[in-house]
Amino acid sequence: MKKRVLAHRLLQMLLVLFGISFITFGLTYMAPGDPVRAMYAASGAIPGDEIIEETREALGLHKPFLVQYGNWLLGCLRGDFGKSYSYNKPVAELMLARLWPTLKLSLTSLALMLAVAVPLGIFSAIHRGGPADYLVRGLTFVGVSMPNFWMGMLLLYLFAVKLDWLPAVSAGQGFHKLILPAITLAFAMAAKYTRQVRTAFLEELCQDYVTGARCRGIRERTILWRHVLPNSLLPLVTLLGLSLGSLLGGTAVVEVIFSYPGLGSLAVSAITSMDYSLIQGYVLWIALIYMGLNLLVDVSYHFLDPRIREAR
Amino acid sequence: MGRSKAFIRKNRAFTVFLVLALGLVAVAIFAPLIAPKDPYAAILADAVQPPSGEHWFGTDKMGRDLFSRVIYGARTSLTASLLLVLVIMTLGTFLGLVAGYLGGFVDGVIMRISDMMLSFPGMVLALAVAGILGANMTNAVIALSLVSWTKYARLSRSLVLKMKSRDYMAAARLTGSKASHILWSYLLPNVLPTALITGATDIGSMMLEIAGLSFLGFGAQAPTAEWGLMLNEGRAYMTAAPWLMVFPGLAVFITVAVFNLLGDSLRDVLDPRS
Repeated sequence: MKKRVLAHRLLQMLLVLFGISFITFGLTYMAPGDPVRAMYAASGAIPGDEIIEETREALGLHKPFLVQYGNWLLGCLRGDFGKSYSYNKPVAELMLARLWPTLKLSLTSLALMLAVAVPLGIFSAIHRGGPADYLVRGLTFVGVSMPNFWMGMLLLYLFAVKLDWLPAVSAGQGFHKLILPAITLAFAMAAKYTRQVRTAFLEELCQDYVTGARCRGIRERTILWRHVLPNSLLPLVTLLGLSLGSLLGGTAVVEVIFSYPGLGSLAVSAITSMDYSLIQGYVLWIALIYMGLNLLVDVSYHFLDPRIREAR
Repeated sequence: MGRSKAFIRKNRAFTVFLVLALGLVAVAIFAPLIAPKDPYAAILADAVQPPSGEHWFGTDKMGRDLFSRVIYGARTSLTASLLLVLVIMTLGTFLGLVAGYLGGFVDGVIMRISDMMLSFPGMVLALAVAGILGANMTNAVIALSLVSWTKYARLSRSLVLKMKSRDYMAAARLTGSKASHILWSYLLPNVLPTALITGATDIGSMMLEIAGLSFLGFGAQAPTAEWGLMLNEGRAYMTAAPWLMVFPGLAVFITVAVFNLLGDSLRDVLDPRS
């Protein structure tokens, strides 16, 4: 990627982050609840109006909106995202502690999904129109229409409650605790990716170079694995980057079902307890990670696909 | 009559799914006639009963009839998701039309906002907005609308840009047509079919997102009969009363599946190329 393009992308990222930070801060500012009262209520005390006023003063909640926003933004730039009152810890520390579990869960489910979706997609593309193809397409349809929270609960019921093979609560160490949440996340994704791989594979199969290779008498197996496969999997790179990004922000439901201590369950508890600095920090962090990943994908594309390199 | 028969014969799949979808809508409309019991009448003596002849789907922790609650749940889910799709379709298409036709500053502002939404996982913002505005169904719909309109805006904008250079557009401008007339009579009819197809294919996924928000506690509130919320309530009773999570989940799955199938077949009917 040329330096100018990269600089342009980085600038755009900064602008978007700025916009997102403004929206989240504005929303929490306009929110109907009173954060100070919620804060005291969480610790079980019901203080008098005087103490509440003092706390407001101490937290700087009396200052105009733009001043508050500016102070918060400056803090964020220095790495200080404020303090979460419901956990009584700095937001950055909480986020860091929860980031790895969610990343681990996301990567496991992505790997699981690829292991299922790529072979299935290729298989159904090669046997297009046959009974196997219809079966695979039926399965992907179920995957797309199945609510992931229901899927998670059914898996939990079957494997944790009825069969007692796996733990119902996924907190704590151990790979086996990842299995059920990862399968739940992978299921819906696998459906989408199987369709994607199937379409991409079918498209490649219609290309002239495949006909050419067949005419030259190259074995069908060589054509499929050496030529068609790499070309058809290339678009997957972009999708994978996007999926990892949205997984990091979209695991909330599954984390709640399996009591998994990740970013999603942290966000849900932050929103429920009106812990504004934690909500703001969470949204900003996810935005940053998501955009960073997208940039990484674009850069990696540059190395994977020579056509893009030459075009620029 | 003959024409509709020919249509049905030609688009058999679409007809079947349309009838199924209308059936679900009918269930929602005629819920009071179908449900055998009052979905909100708590009879604590009957709490957590397994499915039986008296209570087809069993009863929940408050002794409410689950079958009646699932039937009434169709009202909540269908109303919310159809409303949501209508809002994002109208809002997105309108903004896209205006952005594409006017260009310049307006276009820049609308498209930068839409870029911002795209470069960000929508569910995160929806969760935050729904939570901050206060947990209820209206706010859940507002939150999801805020993050989902961009698809329609991009779509209609790109279609408008294609049409702008056509001769009939130049003719319309030369003869002094007002901008509102051009937008309404020339551009909108050309954009509408694509927007409608996209909308129809979106109903299922929007339904899933609404149920997901309700499941997390940021959508419908107790004691509303809503499938996501019912699943969440059933979670605590998973071991003792699995029927509490089986039936509402099945209801979501079937409804989403029917609307997904309807959307896909509508696309085949209106756009035979793909």
